[in-house]
Amino acid sequence: MSDAPQDTGTGARLVAYWLLVGIPLLWGVAQTIANATKMFR
Amino acid sequence: MNDTSSARPPPGFLDREHIVAGPGFNRWLVPPAALCVHLCIGSVYAFSVFNLPMTRLIGITKSAPGDWKLTELGWIFSLAIVCLGLSAAFTGTWLDRVGPRKAMLAAAACFGGGFLVSAVGVHMHALGLIYLGYGVLGGCGLGIGYISPVKTLITWFPDRPGMATGMAIMGFGGGAMIASPLSVMLMHAFSTPTHVGVAETFVVLGIVYFCFMAIGGLIVRVPAPGWAPAGYVAPRASSGLVTTETVHVDTAFRTPQFWLLWWVLCLNVTAGIGVIGQASAMAQEMFPGKVTAVAAAGFVGLLSLFNMGGRFVWASVSDSIGRKATYVVFFVLGMALYILVGATQYIGSEALFVLAVCIILSMYGGGFATIPAYLRDIFGVRYVGAIHGRLLTAWSAAGVFGPVLVNYIREYQIDHGVAKADAYSITMYIMAGLLLVGLICNLAMRPVSQHHHLSDQEVEA
Repeated sequence: MSDAPQDTGTGARLVAYWLLVGIPLLWGVAQTIANATKMFR
Repeated sequence: MNDTSSARPPPGFLDREHIVAGPGFNRWLVPPAALCVHLCIGSVYAFSVFNLPMTRLIGITKSAPGDWKLTELGWIFSLAIVCLGLSAAFTGTWLDRVGPRKAMLAAAACFGGGFLVSAVGVHMHALGLIYLGYGVLGGCGLGIGYISPVKTLITWFPDRPGMATGMAIMGFGGGAMIASPLSVMLMHAFSTPTHVGVAETFVVLGIVYFCFMAIGGLIVRVPAPGWAPAGYVAPRASSGLVTTETVHVDTAFRTPQFWLLWWVLCLNVTAGIGVIGQASAMAQEMFPGKVTAVAAAGFVGLLSLFNMGGRFVWASVSDSIGRKATYVVFFVLGMALYILVGATQYIGSEALFVLAVCIILSMYGGGFATIPAYLRDIFGVRYVGAIHGRLLTAWSAAGVFGPVLVNYIREYQIDHGVAKADAYSITMYIMAGLLLVGLICNLAMRPVSQHHHLSDQEVEA
């Protein structure tokens, strides 16, 4: 069984699933970094 | 002609058999399902953002008579962590049997429901309801939601189990980074001159967390029996600490290896909590006039980044250098860094202090993320979820006794005339001592004796 996307449907689902968790996570990380930089200034 | 399979009822929507991946399924679709759950339950680390507003539910701008005290509210988090460990320990076997979809949805119902019950508790100003809601119900959601995705990812990534568990448990570390600003924004949006907005925030978070975790439960899949990733050849014989055998959860519980790992986790967590709980005050008191309260708060935010990153990085590294060696690094490097932290005020270097504490926090997170893969190496993959569940009682124990121990040591020293800044140094040296005990436990790890292994017939049954 391959790790690579098997078809367009799988590829689209991969992108959608990872965006679903990636966007909130990156938002949280960005907020944390922004607060940390603000406070260290 | 009748056969046994035709007599069996079709699997239900929530059953494990219903979510077995078909041929061609891409395993990289599964980590987001695990992250959906861990990003939500990881918000437990950010629960303290509700503490101050909950001390002003009556007084609104400041605490009034009848308002709850911080000490009373502190028990909500402790109760949640205790219930995490206990529910993981008691439901681990059930979770292994029913599969991840049912487990994740049960976790979503408990965790989301816990917020809703707590919202009622805030509305009625009944602290007992919050203990019951977030503490007990939410805590059970934490425990159930923690182990099931981890076990699922281990089965999907037999070639990189450390990286797989690191991905899920990194989400637990990252959850607080989302929950903290999100909760503050929601409370701000719902607050009025006569209302602090905590109850409404709990309702929104409860619904959001339930939906997000439920999505995880819906998209999760388990591999078909005998599945292996392309190009992966499972080892035929045990090698070093990595076994190809299976140890039953009830047997594992009685082996010295389980208890050695219990202490490894407990001591690593206790030492980490010793730093996390005091990081802000420690930075200000060890470098008076140099580190302000605001800068110290930013420093704490930085620590959460290292806590999260360490979970993925260290667990992935363990796939290359081995679990035992990874923990040797945690304990040896940890001891050196704890001693260094204690000495940085005499050296006068805040940069060195920040660097040392950040690395310590990365190893604190790494300890959580590497332990499931360590269990899988020692006891086999079959019962790793249930065994992991029982091992998490070490986290509960450290979560309760760690801060008590650290605070007690510090108070004792200050009462006996030790200067506040010096008291931190002594506490750090004691933490280094705890890591030495952890190192001894880790070095004592040996493969499980053969007579504990299940026979092939028992494994198939």
